[in-house]
Amino acid sequence: MTAFGAKVAVARAVGAASRRSGRGGGTTLPGRLLLKLEPEALRRLGADLDGETTIVSATNGKTTTAGMIAALLEADGRRPVHNRAGSNMTWGVATALLEQKGQEGLFEVDEAWLSQIASQLDPSLIVLGNLFRDQLDRYGEMETLVDDWARTVEARTDRTRFVLNADDPAIADLGRDAGGEPRDGIAYFGIEDPSQALPELQHAFDAKHCRRCGHPYAYERAFVGHLGHYSCAGCGARRPQPTVAATEIELLGMEGSRVALRTPAGPLRLELPLPGLYNVYNALAAVAAGLELGVAPERIAPALAGMRAAFGRVETIEVAGTPLSILLIKNPAGANEVLRTLRLEAGEEGLDLWIALNDRTADGRDVSWVWDADFELLDGAVRRVLCAGTRAPELAVRLKYAGWPVEAIEVEAEIGPSLDRALEGAGGRLFALPTYTALLELRKLLADRGHAEEFWR
Amino acid sequence: MTELRLLALYPEQMNIYADRGNIVFLRRRCEWRGIGFEYAAAGPGERFEPGSHDLIYLGGGQDRDQRAVAADMVETKREALGTALADGAAVLAVCGGYQLLGHSYQLGEERLEGLGLVDLETVRKPGPRLIGNVAIEADLGSGKRTVAGFENHGGRTYLGSGEQPFGRVIKGFGNNGEDGLEGVKEGNLIGTYLHGPLLPKNAWLADHLIATALERRYGTRPDLEPLNDSLELAAHESARAAALD
Repeated sequence: MTAFGAKVAVARAVGAASRRSGRGGGTTLPGRLLLKLEPEALRRLGADLDGETTIVSATNGKTTTAGMIAALLEADGRRPVHNRAGSNMTWGVATALLEQKGQEGLFEVDEAWLSQIASQLDPSLIVLGNLFRDQLDRYGEMETLVDDWARTVEARTDRTRFVLNADDPAIADLGRDAGGEPRDGIAYFGIEDPSQALPELQHAFDAKHCRRCGHPYAYERAFVGHLGHYSCAGCGARRPQPTVAATEIELLGMEGSRVALRTPAGPLRLELPLPGLYNVYNALAAVAAGLELGVAPERIAPALAGMRAAFGRVETIEVAGTPLSILLIKNPAGANEVLRTLRLEAGEEGLDLWIALNDRTADGRDVSWVWDADFELLDGAVRRVLCAGTRAPELAVRLKYAGWPVEAIEVEAEIGPSLDRALEGAGGRLFALPTYTALLELRKLLADRGHAEEFWR
Repeated sequence: MTELRLLALYPEQMNIYADRGNIVFLRRRCEWRGIGFEYAAAGPGERFEPGSHDLIYLGGGQDRDQRAVAADMVETKREALGTALADGAAVLAVCGGYQLLGHSYQLGEERLEGLGLVDLETVRKPGPRLIGNVAIEADLGSGKRTVAGFENHGGRTYLGSGEQPFGRVIKGFGNNGEDGLEGVKEGNLIGTYLHGPLLPKNAWLADHLIATALERRYGTRPDLEPLNDSLELAAHESARAAALD
């Protein structure tokens, strides 16, 4: 056994032991250990894959998009090594490579880790979905992140093909070289159904100025946050024409959507079981990636129709006779899309909600973002809301000032007791909107009570 | 009807940490008391009438936006802002907006000229950004009160010897992580690194600003009608506890 082989064996054994002991956190322990023993482990593990490696990154939707691409590959009879539990920094990727067997790699990667992981895994395809303001305490400012991504694309041109969102100006611009000319190996996706445009631009609007000339973008329409149809009056940069485009979209609330697509392989009609325009974007990215990866076009629609939401992104389970629908919220743009979807679900009675705002490291320590999310969208549509999480009182104030009736707002920071209170009073379905670590706590609680499997099993 | 006249400076450019939360908070607290709320905004290239606004808000921006705003502000707004201040208008400048009030912001080789309305300078030094929950103690004339919030800044700010800070750091970094001072206070102007929606975490400060603005317009300081602030007080406690933990 080589020295590296011995380290791999130790890491695998520790992972297996941790799993047997039943302690949580088994998802990344082997990878963490191996990276300690061998900082360059990703490079060596990645080189062992026979097939291509695909990396997916975005502020919002990377877990779902990667899950959709996995579904497409599996429908095509391929089994990628995939960090499906959403652990998307080096140790999560290393753990997937240690513990799974497969021909090709499919990894969602945290935005701030893209350049490092891409340089080690040498992927043949990178899918970049969007950049929204998110966890500014952790990533610093968005411009810094865009510059970092631009360096990655520049360095990898000719080695890697890219699937890029034409509707996000900062992402779309990555597909052009320093002189503004289109790079080779770029496939764009976007939405082309004007009936889905927002009535007005939202507050959390993150792409105000052209990266090239500093001039403000002019928007013809926006679909989700700053994703839309834009152009720059300063240098003439405009939205590239996408090859994979949603030409007709019908949103069906929590049920999902119907989407007509234009693709290089001909038209497709999708029935997506996941709600909201944001999931239409995820599906477009996945379809574009699937076609790049050689998935047979006729397998795409059935595979996406049959897929389940990524862990905690949207799921409904039955708890003590009450349907509980869980929708992750973690930043303004993502939360706005959840709120728009819920607006469609509000009947005459109004919605029953449980919202949990945590401020742990993985959530971002700064909870300012709740004031950028448009909770006003549900003004007049809420019957009762339980505010939970480490910063529950600040969430309650946000909701009060969004115009929600103060008598509808209750505060109970502890996850378990607050959920019980919310379930007891719920008239019908209860919608749970946790931030990331609150979602982990919620899943653990539900698993302990026998309502849901723990995700790492 | 009594009316609060608020002017937001560069709301499109300087809003990086959900600064609009402060405006929403002020607006509601006026509405619930039957105080009118007149909102105006002045963006790039736009001038304003110093006598027409009693509370002026300036938020934080990304470096690129701040650069563009700094030059424009010196050209189109410095004079009016100085006049408004001298005449007793309340000014709240947060994070990047706070930095712009001083003489300059040194970013490596580059020096951004500020408004020079208060005697302070900001320098981007090597080393980590100053990030985290923060609690300070401030006295705005009604005894010592706590202000709680979140800070995230690469720049270190140093006050001139004649300037008073907004408060003293209980926990966190403040102006520079060295001298225990946070923000600046001069007349009715407050500059602070407690960024984004700091008023929703400190309702008393919002009411202080409303009262100061109404006093400037109507000549007497009003006794604001008390509101049921149980959620707001709990939010303040929560933010304070997050800093002190």
